Formats: sequence, structure tokens, C-alpha cells
Amino acid sequence: MSGLAMPKPDDATMRRRDEIVADMRIIVPGEGVVDAANAMRAFESDGLTAYRQLPLVVVLPETVAQVSRVLKYCNDRNIRVVPRGSGTSLSGGALPLEDAVLLVMSRFNRILQVDYPNRIVVAQPGVTNLGITVAVEQEGFYYAPDPSSQIACSIGGNVAENSGGVHCLKYGLTANNVLGIEMVLMNGEVVRLGGSHLDAEGYDLLGVMTGSEGLLGVVTEVTVRILKKPETARALLIGFPTSEQGGQCVADIIGAGIIPGGMEMMDRPAIHAAEDFVHAGYPLDVEALLIVELDGPGVEVDHLITAVEAIAIRNGSTTCRISQSEQERLSFWAGRKAAFPAVGRISPDYYCMDGTIPRKELPRVLAGMRELSEKYGLGVANVFHAGDGNLHPLILYDANVPGELDKAESFGADILRLCVKVGGVLTGEHGVGVEKRDLMPEMFSQVDLDQQMRVKCAFDPNHLLNPGKVFPQLRRCAELGRMHVHRGQVAFPDIPRF
Amino acid sequence: MTTFTPTTPDEVLSSIAWAVAEESPLEILGHGSKRGIGRPLQTEHTLDLSKLTGVALYEPAELVLQAKAGTPLAEIEMLLAQNGQQLAFEPMDYGPLLGGEPGKGTIGGVLAANLSGPRRLKAGAARDHILGINVVSGRGEAFKSGGRVVKNVTGYDLSKLMANSWGTLAVFTDVTFKVLPSAETEVTLAVRGLLDDAAASAMALALGSSAEVSSAAHLPERIAARVAGGALGSEAATLLRVEGFGPSVAYRIAALKTLFGKAGPLEEIAGEASQLIWRDVRDCKPFADGSDKPVWRVSMAPSQAHQMVLTLRMQAAVSAFYDWQGGLVWLRMEEGDPEAALLRGLLRKHGGGHATLARAAPAHRAALPVFEPQPPALAALGQRLKQEFDPKNILNPGRMA
Repeated sequence: MSGLAMPKPDDATMRRRDEIVADMRIIVPGEGVVDAANAMRAFESDGLTAYRQLPLVVVLPETVAQVSRVLKYCNDRNIRVVPRGSGTSLSGGALPLEDAVLLVMSRFNRILQVDYPNRIVVAQPGVTNLGITVAVEQEGFYYAPDPSSQIACSIGGNVAENSGGVHCLKYGLTANNVLGIEMVLMNGEVVRLGGSHLDAEGYDLLGVMTGSEGLLGVVTEVTVRILKKPETARALLIGFPTSEQGGQCVADIIGAGIIPGGMEMMDRPAIHAAEDFVHAGYPLDVEALLIVELDGPGVEVDHLITAVEAIAIRNGSTTCRISQSEQERLSFWAGRKAAFPAVGRISPDYYCMDGTIPRKELPRVLAGMRELSEKYGLGVANVFHAGDGNLHPLILYDANVPGELDKAESFGADILRLCVKVGGVLTGEHGVGVEKRDLMPEMFSQVDLDQQMRVKCAFDPNHLLNPGKVFPQLRRCAELGRMHVHRGQVAFPDIPRF
Repeated sequence: MTTFTPTTPDEVLSSIAWAVAEESPLEILGHGSKRGIGRPLQTEHTLDLSKLTGVALYEPAELVLQAKAGTPLAEIEMLLAQNGQQLAFEPMDYGPLLGGEPGKGTIGGVLAANLSGPRRLKAGAARDHILGINVVSGRGEAFKSGGRVVKNVTGYDLSKLMANSWGTLAVFTDVTFKVLPSAETEVTLAVRGLLDDAAASAMALALGSSAEVSSAAHLPERIAARVAGGALGSEAATLLRVEGFGPSVAYRIAALKTLFGKAGPLEEIAGEASQLIWRDVRDCKPFADGSDKPVWRVSMAPSQAHQMVLTLRMQAAVSAFYDWQGGLVWLRMEEGDPEAALLRGLLRKHGGGHATLARAAPAHRAALPVFEPQPPALAALGQRLKQEFDPKNILNPGRMA
């Protein structure tokens, strides 16, 4: 592990490990408690494999009552808890702590209700993202957010991370597609937010929970909106001599009032890696390759394909292929979808970043990345959710070369600083987790971070749920709660009138 | 009795800092277009944000607009329209319903009340389009959350926490919204003469088809006459709106006609006539009667709505119409009694949701919970959040009580 400081393990908890394991076995009888080191190995990291840590004990509850009792038990005894779904986080959100119970929700794996008239599915949090679509596709429905890990990632994890996917430009993120959740607070209380109706009454706690990275509560049930599958989808594969032209084409498509189902861009290194790997027929003499997918009724798709093609030509595209069959559409995507493993073939290791930028800043950010690449002596390949400005630079390194991981992490941090500098953000869809935790001050002042911590304090005042994630520095809630008001020192001691 | 009228975020900050130091509560006001919603306030001082105006940033190609919180919504909508864009969530105008002027309201108020419209089903509410905020909390601390890009999971989404908080947690100084292209073409298919239960089935069928219906409302007999200046006539109208590019709209309307060929007489309403109907549905025009008869806004599972209304009718004289496929029910209580306990009890029996007393005389609003009461654990959580952001109860105290 590189130099990442995690909360110091609590000695009292460590000393009581045997007792805690025994109590967990009472709360979750049967096979639901794992405490042998070799068996816990499977849970020692998530998708951010550079960081590993065995937990205190792994607990796999099966009922909401068990979740509630585990959390209340831990809350009463000051024991930390790390929740985990499928463990596909790319930011270390589910990284265990040495002194924390790892609460694994994978046994909550049932679809509870499918309601076509209201177009909702109620699922337990361990159901996979794709599992929801599978449950309704025979009736022609699907669940829209489609993170690339969708065969494995859980819907509960999607809520925790506010997951996106290539289609979120048109269909929204998890936050826009979840109608309700049931969750357990750290004190064991079970609360329901939303349901089969729209919008919250009172504060939008559902909105706050979505993307809260497992620090506010443990989701035990999720209600999502399902949509009718579009009648058809077709894609264009467009090559440009420069990334500027590709970027302008994206802007012009949106300027024409077209919101494609997906709009992805790759740079030269990513194009070459993907083409070498899957032979999708990508042009190799271009600097930027754009995949634009249009979905809907056939007549609409045909209409928009013509419009997008004209925009591409106006922006100096050197190649433009239009999918004539479902097979061809899938072949356009094959290279993009295989971009990560493809890069894995040309480099022993790669480090995937996740900044978002205003789209118009793309050429500037790509140029900045080239400079950084030279400075650090590491290669970088870019795939880019072009429609919404979400960049995924893949930094190429070799973990077996001493110091290269540190160099890759510094390079990544510099890329994210650049994203923030041009008006963007640290993470578009992978979450802060442990990975970007210490970069939060690049984007937020201490006062800004304090407000986020205040939310945390309302949900979990003892910082027991997933500590060490998201916040670069933990501040005691009591200290945050003090009011710093000095009478007579405010700008207007008398009633101000503007 | 003082009204602070800040013109800069710094002045907002110093006003609130003063109020905190004095422990003197403030009523937070934009244009006051939604002042009639919520428990009536009795604060000594007012923070009037209507002079904190101006669009700071609008980049149509980036689909983003940032404005000071007091910027008139009408001004923003006009600016967007000039660029063929819109706030896709179609924020409703409470003016007509509450007896105020139409066309009022600020962009800050849009977020504070989490406004939406008939396109809610497809496009979401204000909460789904807010990208970032600058606010001042009830502690007198200025802070920001979010940013100006659509995909952003950096830290908690405090913008959503503030949506629908009715000025009780913090005061917006700047808001940044995602904007979207307006549809090139809009056509509404009206199925005529359906009773509520048949309309519920028809709307579910339409929304479950691939016609991409963006809005679905049902105006029962006589209510239909109260939109678009009576253009629809008084026969019940089940309205399905289809938006998009011309050829696509034509194709999808044809598909819906095939689907509903035998359901009842069909009418196609295009362009401005269609827009006018949806504006009136959005603004609850059928109950904009200049009275203060209680009007409820009920959010619930669409398929249960007509059954809940049917049961309610057996015990109270009500007028009703449905938006959001039935998921939004507007109710006017004809005998003047809000019947809060009766309605909320029935709502619980029909799948739950929330009932907001959108219009009522001040006496009713002072005596009844205007917003749906929450179960104890959830209410306590809300209270803890209020305590964190506004511990001295400076901002709109009691409004959501």
C-alpha cells in the first residue's frame, strides 16, 4: 500500500475480537460470519486492488433485522463497520479496515416486486444491476443506468456510488432512476425514503443517500424505475484528425438539439490498443474516434443518423461508418468496451482516473495530459464519455518497477487537479473512496467540507460507518456543532439596509 | 420589522450573520409567489432575494446555466428559449392557484420547492437538474456544493438536500442547472370520454409502450373544460404528450392511435394548443378559481390513484384530476374542510406517498401539517439535519412543521 493513512485501529475493539465474532454468530447464525484469515482474503480489497486490508470479521446478514442488530450492536460498542456490495468499487469505497466489521450485502439477492403498470422494480440491494434488466426484459423493459461492471455490481452499490454508464447522458444517473430505498442507520433504526411515488416530502434524503459511499446508512431495499426498451439503436463510428475537431463535433451535435443514447470518444493510444486487441476495424490514422449511438423508433434513428453524419462531415471527419446491422453496431462498441483490458495488454498495470471537465476544455486537458505524461515518463490512453465530459485516462505503469505506482498516483492526482482547474471535478462516477480522499481540498474549502461532515454527523455522529473514506480529515461532530458567533464582530452590528 | 434586500452573496452572508448573532429569525423570500404554502411565518425580519439577480454563465453547447438565486424564472426561460433550450423539468407556476400573478418566481425558489411539471415522469424535477449551489447556512457560513458538470460524485450531493427544503436549511446565492434542448415538435393525443379507472389503464399502457410519452394526464368530465380556455370542451380527456423530432413524433402518435383505436374518440392536438393545455395542467389551472378552498397535491403510485380518489369521494365532496400517469393527484375539497386525516389515512392504505396542502386559508395551514408528517425515525433525522445547518432556527422557522 502506498502512503495512505487510514484511521488508527481501535485497541479495545481489537482486543475484543473473539467476543465480537461470537456475538456476530448469535445475530447472524449459520454460515453468515467469516473470521478465518484465508477465507476473509476474498474480501480484502475491491476494484481498487492497489489497496488491501483484512477486516476484523466478515458478516453476511440475510434479513433487515439482522442488519439492524449488527449496526446497533456496533454503534453501542463503538465498533466500526464497512458496508460492501459486490466489491467492484474503483475508488476503494469498500476497502476493509483492520478493526471494522465488513458488512457484506450479497445475500440480499432477491427481486421483491415487479410492477409493470407503475414501471418499478423493488429489489434487495445485492441484486446485480444487470439482474434487474434480466428480470423484466421478457416484457421488453430494462433498467437504464449501465455501469460497465453491470454484470457484477450490485444495485445497493449503485445507490452508494450514484453509478452512471454510457447511457446516462440521455437516461440519467442512478439518482435519477431510483424512486425509493429502505435503509438502516448506524443506530439500528430502519427508515424508508421514497417508494413507488415520486419525490420526497421534506428534505431529499434519498438524493443525499445516493452517492454517499456507504457513510450514511446501509441500504436494504431499492425501488427503481424501469423503461421500455427503445425499438432500435444504431451507431456511427467517426474519426477525426484532431481531438479539437472531435470535441467540436460533440458540441455541434448537442447544439443541434440531439441528445444521443451514448457518445464516447477515444484518443490515439486507446484506439490502437483496442484495435490490436479486438480488431473492431477502427481507423488507425486518426487522433480521435467518436462513437455516437442513437436509439428510439427506427424513423427517428434514421433521421438523426443523417443529421449527425452531416455534422461530422462539417467538422472535418476523415472516416464515418454507420452501422447497418445490430452486429455492426456491436462491433463499433466492442473496441470501446474492451478498452480497459486492451490497455492491460500493452502495459503490465494501468491506473484508471475519472475526472469530469466542461467538454470545451477537452483539447486543453488532453494537451496538459501529454505534458504530464512526458514529465512522469508514463504513457496514458484516454477513453471519454464525450457527451457529459467524463474522462477516463488510463495511466500505464508497472507495479513491479519500484516507485512506479507512486509515480502513477502522482500523475493521476495531477490530472485531477487539472480537471478541477478548468472547472471540472475529481470524480464523475467512480467515487472518492480512499483513492481521491486526500484530493478533496483541491475542490472544496474546509468550510465546504465541514458542511458535508455535518450531514455525516446527522446520520452517524460517532463516525463508525465506513470511516477513512471520502473525508481527508475526520472532525469530531461535537466540535463542528459549536457555533462561532461573536456579537459585535459581524459586519453589521446594527440592522443593515442594502 | 426590517427587510434586508441584498444584491450580492456577501450581503446575504452579512445579513444572515447578523440574524444569527441577534438570534432573530428571517423569512426567506424571492418573489413571494409560493408564500401561501407551508405554515404561516411570524418572523420579525425578512430576507428578500429578489435583487440578487443575474445570469452569471450560460453556455448552450455545454448545457449549463448559472444564475444568482433571485433571478426571475421568466427571464431564464426566455433566455433559454432564444437558444432553443429549456428547463426540461418544466417548473410549475403556483401564481394562478394561489391567487397571485402568473409568471412570478425566482430560480432559487424553483429549487427550494423542488418544482416540476407534467414532464416529471420522463425528465425529473428540479432536483434532477441541479448541478451545483452556493449557499449561506443558518450558521452564517457560506459554502458550495457540486459544480457545473453533469457527472459528478465528488462528495455528498448537498444540492439535493437543499432541494425541497423551503429555505429552512440554507439560503441559495447561486444555482447552476443543467439545461436541455427544447423539443422540435410536440403533439398531444387526447382519448375522450374515459372514466378514471379506464384512464388509469390507458395511461399505464401508453407509458409502458415504446412511444416515449413524455406526459400523461387525465382530466375528468367538466374539469377538462377548465384548461386552455375551454378549447377541449367538457368531456373527459386523457392526454398523452409526445415530443421530439417531427418524423419521430408522427410515428409515435400513429403507434398510440393504433394502441387506443377502440378506447374512445381520439383527438390530435399539436403545437401551441398542446403547449397551452400542458401549461394549464402544470399550473393546476382547473382549481385556480380565486378561492381559498383547500387544494391538495398528492404524490403516490399511479395505479392506485383513481381507487384512492373513488374511496375519498364516498366521504367528502372533492374535485380531482391526475397528472404523471396518475402519480400526481390534484384535489379540491369542495366543502372547505381540508379533511387531512381522512386523506392521509386513505393515502397510506393505497400504497403511501405524500399529500401536501398546496392551498388553504392561513388558519388551516397554522393548524394542520401542510407537509406530509413523517414517521418518528425519519422526522428525527430531518430534525438533526436542521440542527446541523440552522441550529438557532433562524431560517424560515416552522415553515415545514
